Amino acid sequence: MFRRNKLCLPYVAFLILFVVLPLLVVLYYAFTNGQGQFTMRNFTDFFTNGRTIGTLFYSFVIALITTVCCLLLAYPTAYILARGGFTRSGVWMILLVTPMWINFTLRITAVKEVLSLLQGNLAFHPLFNTILCMVYDFLPFMILPIYNVITKLDDALPEAAADLGAKKIQVFWKVMIPMSMPGIISGVTMVFLPAMTNYVVLDMIYNSTYIMGSLIGSYFSTYDWNNGSMISMILLLIIFGITWITDRLTGEDASDRKGGLAA
Amino acid sequence: MKKKGFQIVWLGLILAFLYLPIIILAVYSFSNATMIGSLRGFSLHNYVTLFTTPELTQMIVGTLLIALIVAVISTILGTTGAIGAYYSKNSMRRGIELAGQIPVVNSDVVTGFSVCVLLIAFFHIDKDTYIPLLVGQTVLCTPFVYLSVLPRLKQMDPNLYEAALDLGCSPRQALSRVVLRELLPGIASGFMTAITLSLDDYFITTYTKPAMFNTISTYVVNATKGARTEIKTALWALSTVIFVVVIVAVILMNVGKQKEEE
Repeated sequence: MFRRNKLCLPYVAFLILFVVLPLLVVLYYAFTNGQGQFTMRNFTDFFTNGRTIGTLFYSFVIALITTVCCLLLAYPTAYILARGGFTRSGVWMILLVTPMWINFTLRITAVKEVLSLLQGNLAFHPLFNTILCMVYDFLPFMILPIYNVITKLDDALPEAAADLGAKKIQVFWKVMIPMSMPGIISGVTMVFLPAMTNYVVLDMIYNSTYIMGSLIGSYFSTYDWNNGSMISMILLLIIFGITWITDRLTGEDASDRKGGLAA
Repeated sequence: MKKKGFQIVWLGLILAFLYLPIIILAVYSFSNATMIGSLRGFSLHNYVTLFTTPELTQMIVGTLLIALIVAVISTILGTTGAIGAYYSKNSMRRGIELAGQIPVVNSDVVTGFSVCVLLIAFFHIDKDTYIPLLVGQTVLCTPFVYLSVLPRLKQMDPNLYEAALDLGCSPRQALSRVVLRELLPGIASGFMTAITLSLDDYFITTYTKPAMFNTISTYVVNATKGARTEIKTALWALSTVIFVVVIVAVILMNVGKQKEEE
């Protein structure tokens, strides 16, 4: 007999086969060597090899600077749009997120051309250029969640704070910022995690990559599945750890955040 | 009133930051220039190259075709998955949602690599069959379809389905004629999300694509390293075409939304 809940079976099979199983296979490869024997070598190699640790540190720093820059640009933008009394703030918002729909490699190409024109040679300011391209790529992902939270804020609280004698600056720091924290945290995860692994930006402007994700790429191109799997596992743990913490902090699921963004 | 002025200047600067590079590239795509900054005469040759070079046209058509196939498969899987999960026991639903969250939260690099390890290293499936590529992108897109269909299911009046049954529909008919129609906006937005995710994807594609096949993303990344100027400037034209298409699509969608609201 036909039952409604049976409709999910293809999706369940798909998830088990192509989402859960690949992770188990990655786990298997991470702890075996080329001959399929159990080993901890890949694990110890990761933490003793200067190159991998250096890359982990470097991508962490790049992602951190990118996130801070995005936040400094995005918060005022979202705040102005949500509370600046613009009659058509929706239209402005659409304008700000439209670039997300354009292929990111083409957008980075555009920035690269402009930077080459301004600087002559991109080699002079590698860190600045990397951060600029990253911020350019990720900025809309920071603006959107912050804007969504600020527009839904209850006006009564900042008004009450003002009535009770708080100065404008105090209202902003002590009321607005804490109240918009869920949006800030969402935005930070949506920028920080991809920034840590997105090595294409660096690859495109410098043909060189020291971002975490590129290590996987380098093992992929040499068919070194075992070391590649170990790095994937470590990245996976970092990502799920950060996601778990932010879910606790904001009281929502990561899928709510990204799902809302997609729709 | 000084405050308002500052606000408009700030927004203007942010918009300029986001749009100026694309617009400058668009302007130079209509010239003979091989670098931006050197002003030359008006020319359409980049557009001629873009649409007449087989390598480029095949790459564009291939990208669109993959996006379409992936979006159709993801939409079917995600929609049936959401309907089934919604009417399933809580434990089942929680399991589905947990597994579905993995590709959403995970870095695309890791998703791509894990699918690649499973299909290519473990099962020895040939990349030239396009199966790893299609599977990899579908893994990325399907959970997003699920996530955009589920809210519509929650909003739907549960009596609609029962009423259809009482009026003589079989469960199958009640689903396809009543429930599916209610879910249509969610399904449509899930489909669009799948299309854009597939078009934008770089990481999963590099790990799973056939060696001789390129999507726009992988092609552009390779082209930035190459020295072929006519290809480089033809990509400016491609960027401009995509920019115009996106702007038109955004305008049409919002005009549609406004009409719906009226």
